[in-house]
Amino acid sequence: MALFSDASVKVKLILVSILSKGIALLVAGIVITSLDLMALREKLVRRMSIQADIAGANCISALQFSDSNSAGTTLAALRADPRIRAAGLYASDRRLFATYVRDPPNGAPLLEDPLSDTGGGHRLGEDRLVLWRTIVLDGKAIGSVVIVSDLSEISATMTRDVVLFVCVLLGSLLIALIISSRLQRSISQPILNLADVARRVTLEKDYSVRASGVSRDEIGSLVTAFNEMLEEIRQQESALRSARDGLEQRVAERTVQLRAANKELEAFSYSVSHDLRAPLRSIEGFSRALMEDCADGLSDAGQDSLRRIIGSTVRMGQLIDGLLNLSRVTRAEVRGRSVDLSSLAGELVAELRSGEDGRQVECVIAKGAVVEGDPALLRAALQNLIGNAWKFTRKRASARIEFGFAEEAGERTYFVRDNGAGFEMSYSDKLFGAFQRLHGQDEFPGIGIGLATVQRIVTRHGGRVWAIGAPGEGATVYFTLGKGGDIGRQEDRAAG
Amino acid sequence: MDDKRIVLLVEDNPDDEALTLRALKKNNILNEVVVARDGAEALDYLLGSDGKSGRIRLDQLAVVLLDLKLPKVNGLEVLRRVRADPRTRRLPIVVLTSSKEEKDLVGAYDSGANSYVQKPVEFAAFVEAARHLGLYWLVTNAPPPMTR
Repeated sequence: MALFSDASVKVKLILVSILSKGIALLVAGIVITSLDLMALREKLVRRMSIQADIAGANCISALQFSDSNSAGTTLAALRADPRIRAAGLYASDRRLFATYVRDPPNGAPLLEDPLSDTGGGHRLGEDRLVLWRTIVLDGKAIGSVVIVSDLSEISATMTRDVVLFVCVLLGSLLIALIISSRLQRSISQPILNLADVARRVTLEKDYSVRASGVSRDEIGSLVTAFNEMLEEIRQQESALRSARDGLEQRVAERTVQLRAANKELEAFSYSVSHDLRAPLRSIEGFSRALMEDCADGLSDAGQDSLRRIIGSTVRMGQLIDGLLNLSRVTRAEVRGRSVDLSSLAGELVAELRSGEDGRQVECVIAKGAVVEGDPALLRAALQNLIGNAWKFTRKRASARIEFGFAEEAGERTYFVRDNGAGFEMSYSDKLFGAFQRLHGQDEFPGIGIGLATVQRIVTRHGGRVWAIGAPGEGATVYFTLGKGGDIGRQEDRAAG
Repeated sequence: MDDKRIVLLVEDNPDDEALTLRALKKNNILNEVVVARDGAEALDYLLGSDGKSGRIRLDQLAVVLLDLKLPKVNGLEVLRRVRADPRTRRLPIVVLTSSKEEKDLVGAYDSGANSYVQKPVEFAAFVEAARHLGLYWLVTNAPPPMTR
């Protein structure tokens, strides 16, 4: 069966046709032959019955007069029928009265005593028919005739019939084979065609090919449906392709725009860097010169004004530098390296300590914060955060700065915490804006780009930054470093 | 201090020129300072416009203080041309400019600057920078031997 299901449609169709025809013919042949056999047997029985009746009637007088010779002669007349191999006449006392044997040496054992009380009967053996008839005279059984007939005629006829049947069967199967192998093409060819096209589509991803052989039957509608499906796929594919091309085009356009914007920004920064600082330098420098050269000619109020001018120009210079730094952070390329934030934090704290002697600050740094990121940018971010913590704990008697990290929902959050001036949570959204400050210049000096820089650096690493604090109770700035940081950590783990 | 040695200041902004001179003077640097007001003039001084030797004697030149943003020929171009010439190949050149853009830093060093100093906004810091420059390039540094 598996062999059949693996065979091609062509072979299947031929096999089905041949098998069904063969089986039908075989059944018909068997039925016809069987009926024929039965009819032949019946005919033989009938003939033999007639012969027995005739022989029995002819033997009545011989039986009456116990003349076995005459009975023998009468039985010998059965010779006329070549089928009769032997015959016997039994008297009413079941004594064998007379016999006829066509072929003496073999005939005698053929005769048997099949007598029964019934008026007659027959028994069909393998090679013979034994038939008997009771001879009745005036309603009284006076003996019986037994005829043994040969079945060779029947078997000859049957043999002939079977041979004929086999010939007819083979002949018609041959014809069926020829016809079905011609006719199956109309069914199998479109299917084979379809299969071939389907294979080509699968292998070559060519959706422009079409199956041929559109007829009006189910295969035809299958082919049509298949072709329509292919057309649909082709259209969708081309729509997809054009959408992708459009997308690429848009991406290319945006990239060009972005590049132009970046270039403009760079040119702007460059010009700010060169041209905006020069006049400031003049104002500052000549104010200073004025102060030095003409101090005697200036009143106290005049000197105060000059000092204010100088202070403002210096601050303006700082603002310009801050702006440039911020834009540099935005423009800088982020290079991915393994960065140990813990040791970086340690270095930064050491720098701050050496820069400002005499301050007692307790610094707690958690070890093992290794991330993937840009070393220079991450250093700048941490420098701003720790620098802020350092600055805003200035007025604390027991200042405390902590750098650490916590794992939450598979994401690592880093933080810098201090117990300094803190801030009002309602202003927390302003913390990360450029040039936004929550403290007075004279209280805590600064230009307000530290946290804006941190936010840009963190964002460029794919992370987030936020802060929690309360006035007088300190502040904690949290940040994550997005995917890059996480991947870096996993690699480090795998390496370790 | 060797008073004979010259400093060439390439500076287009007269304010910056005055401030630089003042800063040098404040540090008692009394060497002659020749000022070129654009890149072309600087090249003229150093190489001579006709390809002959320039208007100053190179063996007397201690250091060139070169601004980057200059009219006609910009500072980086001046650097490149000076470095391309065998006579001035080893001349000490300090870039003294407003910006600290990475582009400028990389460009200056790639073109053969010996040093890069950003002009601070605060004059006090400028005076300090001038003091360092004078001390280093006029006293500490051993100048390259010049081909005449």
